[in-house]
Amino acid sequence: MNDRARVGVLALQGDFAAHIKTLSSIPNVTASEVRTPDDLKNVDALILPGGESTTIIKLLQRIDLDSAITQRVSTGMPVFGTCAGMIVLANEVEEAPNQPTLKLLDIGVARNAFGRQIDSFEADLTVSLNNSVETIRGVFIRAPYATRIGPNVEVLGIFNDKIVAVRDKNVLAIAFHPELTGDTSIHSYFVNMITS
Amino acid sequence: MSINTKKSTWRTRIGLAEMLKGGVIMDVANVDQAVIAEEAGAVAVMALERVPSDIRKQGGVARMSDPKMIREVMAAVTIPVMAKCRIGHIAEARILESLGVDFVDESEVLTPADEENHINKLDFKVPFVCGCRNLGEALRRIGEGAALIRTKGEAGTGNVVEAVRHMRTLIKDIRRIHSMEADELMAAAKEMGAPYDLVQYVHENGKLPVPNFSAGGVATPADAALMMMLGAESVFVGSGIFKSSDPRSRARAIVDAVTHYKDPAMLAKVSEDLGDAMPGLDVRTMPEEELMATRGW
Repeated sequence: MNDRARVGVLALQGDFAAHIKTLSSIPNVTASEVRTPDDLKNVDALILPGGESTTIIKLLQRIDLDSAITQRVSTGMPVFGTCAGMIVLANEVEEAPNQPTLKLLDIGVARNAFGRQIDSFEADLTVSLNNSVETIRGVFIRAPYATRIGPNVEVLGIFNDKIVAVRDKNVLAIAFHPELTGDTSIHSYFVNMITS
Repeated sequence: MSINTKKSTWRTRIGLAEMLKGGVIMDVANVDQAVIAEEAGAVAVMALERVPSDIRKQGGVARMSDPKMIREVMAAVTIPVMAKCRIGHIAEARILESLGVDFVDESEVLTPADEENHINKLDFKVPFVCGCRNLGEALRRIGEGAALIRTKGEAGTGNVVEAVRHMRTLIKDIRRIHSMEADELMAAAKEMGAPYDLVQYVHENGKLPVPNFSAGGVATPADAALMMMLGAESVFVGSGIFKSSDPRSRARAIVDAVTHYKDPAMLAKVSEDLGDAMPGLDVRTMPEEELMATRGW
């Protein structure tokens, strides 16, 4: 039995290479690209990267990878979405009720909620990881935030009164991009979700 | 906002380019085309009144599009919207920035406004994409502040040969710098006319400091896959979609081809039954003054 954590990164579209690079600096983790339902069989956890949420959803549906992910996550596989990945996981998109999502996380999200690219920003914010509060640099790019959270959803991070990091059991979602800063704290937290 | 909040940093600009990786950016001339592009799975659209093949046919001076048309496209889709300004046209760039477009393309497809200087892109909040034919040109644009590079190809021809030439040249140049001795770098910087610190970056990292996409001449899903195989991280498609006989199917097929470029069976499947591609032009028989790739330096 291999004791290395096998973390897949959905590699249909978006900044999947940045996630793989971040994972590669965490000990005992093997990172791989997930492009097909077969690739998904060989990982213990999955990251949904930043990118364009409408594009990623369409690409998932076209190769039936959406149902494969739903099936794995509903039987316990940890999944972690950043930015577009948070939207893909959400139950509903506020301003676009017809946009399909995986509905794996009981939250509502607003897309581009902080504005267009010209309003993209970075800022220090605090997140609660394993009962400790850490300050990290958040890079927000046309970022979403959660407008509604279900009763079982734990809020891990708030920025300017907006919910930007949440967890519900094996599902983790954040609105910003730790993969662009070299900070591995959130990725390490996610890897620990595999064993716990 | 907290005191450490900073808008439009180098990281947020390059960050958006990172988010567009593995995708297709489509030229659209109106709202209907923008919606078709979004439905097909485009990661962004380029709002442009005339696609390059029409600019070629109609001749004359090609300028920034009508801001009203750009605003309508921005209102119609949720994916990022880019728009083109002329090389060196600071005022057009400021206008596009004020509209709130997500990327400005300082583009050789439009008639250059300044034959000596490109825009000082560091001076803007909006990120810029610029074209190149080789590493020196790419690093000059990055030195001016471009957050994304695309190889130029020859726009509006439906002929991928120049896109291939420029991507091959760029990748070969990068490989050459990467494998050099450190004491050869200054001479290389002098020879290429590129900023020394960026030459050092390429030497150390074996890649550009910003994402590297492809443009100019992609007409089929196989063309798009070819550019990904050669090292492009995303593909711009101009005339190739809306000058074909069935834009809806072709747009979707090109998106699928970029996603699955490593899977030939999938490429075969998505290439089926797409109708006619746009009519192509033989770049070798075109007079020098009709070439767009030679605009800018």
